[in-house]
Amino acid sequence: MKIKDFVYFVQEAIKSLSRNRLLSIATVTTMAISILILGAALLMTINADNFMNRLESDLEIIAFLDNSLTKTQVEDIKTDIENMAAVKSVVFVPREQALENLQKKFADKDYDLEKVVGKNPLPDCYEIKAENPQNVSNLAQEISNMPGIYKVNYGQGVVERLFQVTKWVRIISIGFIVLLAMGAVFLIATTIRLAIFARRKEIYLMKLIGATDWFIRWPFFLEGIILGSLGSLISIVLLAWGYSSLISSLQTSLFFIPLIYQQSQLINVYLALFATGSLLGVMGTYISLNKFLDV
Amino acid sequence: MLVQFYNVSKVYPNGVKALNDISIKIERGEFIFLMGPSGAGKSTLIKMLFREEVPTRGQIFVANRSIVRMKRSEVPQLRRNMGIVFQDFKLLENKTVAENIAFAMKVVGSKTKDIRPRVNEVIQMVGLKGKEKSFPGQLSGGEQQRVGIARAIVNRPLLLIADEPSGNLDMDTAHGIMDLLYDINYKGTTVVMATHAWDLVRTARKRVVTLEAGRISSDTYTPEFI
Repeated sequence: MKIKDFVYFVQEAIKSLSRNRLLSIATVTTMAISILILGAALLMTINADNFMNRLESDLEIIAFLDNSLTKTQVEDIKTDIENMAAVKSVVFVPREQALENLQKKFADKDYDLEKVVGKNPLPDCYEIKAENPQNVSNLAQEISNMPGIYKVNYGQGVVERLFQVTKWVRIISIGFIVLLAMGAVFLIATTIRLAIFARRKEIYLMKLIGATDWFIRWPFFLEGIILGSLGSLISIVLLAWGYSSLISSLQTSLFFIPLIYQQSQLINVYLALFATGSLLGVMGTYISLNKFLDV
Repeated sequence: MLVQFYNVSKVYPNGVKALNDISIKIERGEFIFLMGPSGAGKSTLIKMLFREEVPTRGQIFVANRSIVRMKRSEVPQLRRNMGIVFQDFKLLENKTVAENIAFAMKVVGSKTKDIRPRVNEVIQMVGLKGKEKSFPGQLSGGEQQRVGIARAIVNRPLLLIADEPSGNLDMDTAHGIMDLLYDINYKGTTVVMATHAWDLVRTARKRVVTLEAGRISSDTYTPEFI
């Protein structure tokens, strides 16, 4: 493309944007609202996913050791577990520590567990985290078969149910996002088609005078990009503002809900929304325009 | 030979037979009236000249090139050799007279420095000097059609196609428009004009092709008609 042509295309795009001001505003508003809803749903989904990941990563396997093991045997078992591919980390909890934890959890200070029971009933144990939480039950099965392991505990039954729940929450939220995205595409495409329909006479005329398709397309494309990025920019500003005020109010009242707040993560979401908006602007223009270029 | 139609038929997808085995030749420099009642196929024939419609059967040559087999990407080049004048003018309401005419030059990629002098030249030619900065809404019907004609000839076409150019105008204004078209023809441009207005044709002493129900019912010169 020659620079002269490009300048002409930009001029035409800007001229027609200001000339068809009402339609431009309608398009930007539609885009902003669609992308705002999509973005809000996206943030909700990401947060839900984050929350579920946290729940899942809290899962651990507790492997109790036989009381008869020697110190080296205990060490060897740890090395064996650590060498398993599915294992992320292994922490040794000696029986004294375990008792202390129990004491803290269940008893008042003036109520000494050890004295009441007579001796420390707890064995040494390992707290094991899996690389992938989904593997917890298989991994637990495997560890329980190792020699020197007395018993394995990982919240049997509850874990399986948790994964059922998180799986369905994920499927539903992805379906929700896909539906919303389709709705946004449809709405934006319709608005752009309306804007182009209003100028079909001009397009027809250009075709009959002998303009090439690309000569006609470029100004419309630039308009599509401008409207799309403007619309998504507005929605991002609103979304960022809304989300940050949500974080600051929730962190005091509902502190146990772990909202994501890392700027890098949020910026990725906003960038994706911006790209989506601009892309939708161009794609919508391309598809809607082709019909009118067929003269 | 500028245009040749060989056994051209057109059936629209909805089953309407618009043209039935039409053969016609148009020489360079001719002025042809295309007459016939509504629905006789005038508009279809006109649209085939600039390839808005393609025949279902038959061949069309413009300047010895088949426009039936022409690629889509070659159509703009074909149309740049033609100027089209519409019954409803098809002016862009938000552009001035000069901008409407310049638009046709910009669209085909003319150099910026060539546009202004050429636009002034054709404005002079169609008798609209002083109206350059007016908008179409501020002009009479006749003046608007003059803008339409100026736009059609600004790129120096070989063929000027006019579809009922005086259909929306009163008789006096229509005669003014006809004089302008004769003048353009006199300077060398081939003109094909579809019309209902027998009063305009009768006095013209030009070739008249009459269509009836998709066929050519007569192809003759006006003096023999009278």
